[in-house]
Amino acid sequence: MLQDKIQDVFNEPGCATNQTKSAKEKKKGCTKSLKPGAAAGGCAYDGAMIVLQPIADAAHLVHGPIACLGNSWDNRGSRSSGSQLYRTGFTTDLSELDVIGGGEKKLYRAIKEIVQQYDPPAVFVYQTCVPAMTGDDIAAVCKFASEKLGKPVIPVDAPGFVGSKNLGNKLAGEALLDHVIGTVEPDYTTPTDVCIIGEYNLAGELWLVKPLLDEIGIRLLSCISGDGRYQEVAQAHRARVTMMVCSQALVNVGRKMEERYGIPYFEGSFYGVSDMSDTLRTMARMLVERGADKGLIDRAEGVIAREESRVWRRLEPYKPRFDGKRVLLFTGGVKSWSMVSALEGAGLTILGTSTKKSTREDKERIRKMKGEEFHQWDDLKPRDIYKMLADNQADIMMSGGRSQFISLKAKVPWLDINQERHHAYAGYDGIVNLCEEIDKTLSNPIWRQVRRPAPWESGPSSTLLAAE
Amino acid sequence: MSHIQRFPSAAKAALTNPLKMSQPLGAALAYLGVDRCLPLFHGSQGCTAFGLVLLVRHFREAIPLQTTAMDQVSTILGGYDNLEQAIRTIVERNRPAMIGVATTGVTETKGEDMGGQYTLFRQRNPDIADTALVFANTPDFAGGFEDGFAAAVTAMVERLVEPSPVRIPTQVNVLAGCHLSPGDVEELRDIIEGFGLSPIFLPDLSLSMAGRQPSDFTATSLGGVTVEQIRAMGASAATIVVGEHMRVAGNALELKTDVPSHFFSRLTGLEATDKLVRLAMELSGKPAPARLRRQREALVDAMLDGHFFYSRKRIAVALEPDLLYAVTGFLADMGAEVVAAVSPTQSPVLERLKAATIMVGDHSDLETLARDADLIVSNSHGRQGAARIGVPLHRMGLPMFDRLGAGLRVQVGYRGTRELLCDIGNLFLAREMEHEHGHEAEESHGCGGGSCGCNAV
Repeated sequence: MLQDKIQDVFNEPGCATNQTKSAKEKKKGCTKSLKPGAAAGGCAYDGAMIVLQPIADAAHLVHGPIACLGNSWDNRGSRSSGSQLYRTGFTTDLSELDVIGGGEKKLYRAIKEIVQQYDPPAVFVYQTCVPAMTGDDIAAVCKFASEKLGKPVIPVDAPGFVGSKNLGNKLAGEALLDHVIGTVEPDYTTPTDVCIIGEYNLAGELWLVKPLLDEIGIRLLSCISGDGRYQEVAQAHRARVTMMVCSQALVNVGRKMEERYGIPYFEGSFYGVSDMSDTLRTMARMLVERGADKGLIDRAEGVIAREESRVWRRLEPYKPRFDGKRVLLFTGGVKSWSMVSALEGAGLTILGTSTKKSTREDKERIRKMKGEEFHQWDDLKPRDIYKMLADNQADIMMSGGRSQFISLKAKVPWLDINQERHHAYAGYDGIVNLCEEIDKTLSNPIWRQVRRPAPWESGPSSTLLAAE
Repeated sequence: MSHIQRFPSAAKAALTNPLKMSQPLGAALAYLGVDRCLPLFHGSQGCTAFGLVLLVRHFREAIPLQTTAMDQVSTILGGYDNLEQAIRTIVERNRPAMIGVATTGVTETKGEDMGGQYTLFRQRNPDIADTALVFANTPDFAGGFEDGFAAAVTAMVERLVEPSPVRIPTQVNVLAGCHLSPGDVEELRDIIEGFGLSPIFLPDLSLSMAGRQPSDFTATSLGGVTVEQIRAMGASAATIVVGEHMRVAGNALELKTDVPSHFFSRLTGLEATDKLVRLAMELSGKPAPARLRRQREALVDAMLDGHFFYSRKRIAVALEPDLLYAVTGFLADMGAEVVAAVSPTQSPVLERLKAATIMVGDHSDLETLARDADLIVSNSHGRQGAARIGVPLHRMGLPMFDRLGAGLRVQVGYRGTRELLCDIGNLFLAREMEHEHGHEAEESHGCGGGSCGCNAV
């Protein structure tokens, strides 16, 4: 069952990388095989959680030993405007006895307790490695619990060892397609209903975008899954157009929604001025093509014109401050090309970007934008990055939290642009936030101080610095 | 195990807002206190990623941690190949002095024979005989963080320590449990060195997890006790064992080397520190240094000044067992009443706790038990529940991701006890001042100054 799903996901025709592969390559899947002793990154379960946990009013129950939830709960920055139930960590905390005797009964009891105590609209149940090995059939338990308790109980079959975070994203998408999307009809529909896939409202980013959609007259029917509600996700099939934010992660959902419900999809980004405008423009155009009022395009253009002129005006003060400042960019997938254009618009120089998680299409896009000279690193070792920074080859590094110490220990400014960040960078206001954060850290007075030698250090480098 | 059945777990199937963390994570932390070490999880790569993020958020440091990256196939067929490949890759790339392996739920469910794999590995790889290898069995589905830490320390003692024909009279071993922060270890070093003794800490987080500034990037731990020092522990005059969960490792050390061990259930509090100082005086034959005498006076003074605010205060505590014991003991010393003590796992130390309710549970149990409390003491995960019931939270333990300097807090010795006394006392004091001025709980729930994580000033 799970193997079929995984093969299905690997055969994804909507995926650009996949289309260029031979049948044999396809079967191998989209994840590079992991090298023991030199691997980093999350597992499939982690990826599934990233996609589904932002559904805020649902309960998320992890079926596994303590490591899977106990070490990881309460560590994501996805925000909700209402229910906070998604922030409560539930796990069956499997013990030795459950490993020996099976954990299915305990799982059912746990679901029942949660339904009785919290009455959520749905419970998501996450499979993990240990019960997958001992053979706990979570799909059967979920089906039974659903019938018995009269609530949707959704099995998410993505145990960690089947693959990477990215595969987990897709398997979570499959769970939504199989059990959630299309199960609820909206009270009413409009010709401008859209569904956004792959936006998780980190640091409240969706809230920088949604007011613009409202103003243009586009209704956000469903977001998968930032600031999400179960009902909204379940009625996603009535959207007129789907936007995919992080193309790699959930391409299967967008394509299958097109296949099943005839909803066209496009790939867009909320990062950077021109990408943001393109996204609004495409969304409006596609809605009109599907029968929405033609005025939508004019309204979108009006908003774009106003916001663009406003944002360029607000970015102006940063340009002289950013002149000559060099950025090292370490992030995956869609963010790499999206961020490049955003940062250059503000006057920064981008030295290069990592493309470890990017698709061929992503890479081609950067190549077109920046030319052959531009560095695209596929697999740069932390030591090499440290060396580049310590040798003063860059003025700031932007990356995810895990690599921050490479930069900080080299005493070079660093900015968090991944999921744990505290500031929202999406939309027009977001790009101004981003520039403000870059400026704040670049101009902080600590850099000069922390690079000074200690009183007991001497030698040529210290006299040089002392002369400053 | 019958003696600990008095404290049953909550009779529920869904652990809610876990207090418990997994064994391998505890083992990783123990290994990180060894110089130039790379901890390695024998399991799926996600096990490592989650543990890594948690430790990074707590210590705000780069955390070296690797994985054998088990997938479905290797899980079923057996993980030896992955283990061997991982160790060889790590040695080639990073040249560590030691690799500390911890098993996980995946490899333990399969039932990998780690003893056999160690022997096989050594036979097949004579070329890397000079890299120390330590294996610990740490299944995710049994025990918790403290047990994993203990298992790794015991494994290091058993694998590395050698008996010695000579005794170095000034050399002292300290088995430092996971309830001691890097700052605590540093404080203990200060106290012990003040008597002219040279301590060897196993593990020594004060040298690796206390904000080092490297001159080059390294993928292994930077600082910590060296493998040579661990081997030389057999020549010490005595071993100081700190914490119930270090008892097994202490016994193993004594059995192997005949170095006499001295057990301390806690080092927080006046009397507890007195006991340590008395031992240091005996071992060294020297009087207590003037600095320590002044610190003791300052603690006595703080107790006199502070006891007003502690008397009969109702406090709920949820921490790892040995830290739970140390903190509830200290609070009782100050005249406070521990209304609830919640432990993530069973431990013999629970038997000796003084609290109205003692249970093995999670943060949701704490939330229920702390409704009428004046204070909650727990890790950062306690902030959501504390805010919901409007009780101030004093953060201790791990993870503490919403405070700076979590790793360097000191709560042992005279000075550390005084710091803890003042930190908690100030929360009570702030609340009383607020009430006196008649504008209590203006902002919402009177958590006493945003200590629960809210925005109240």
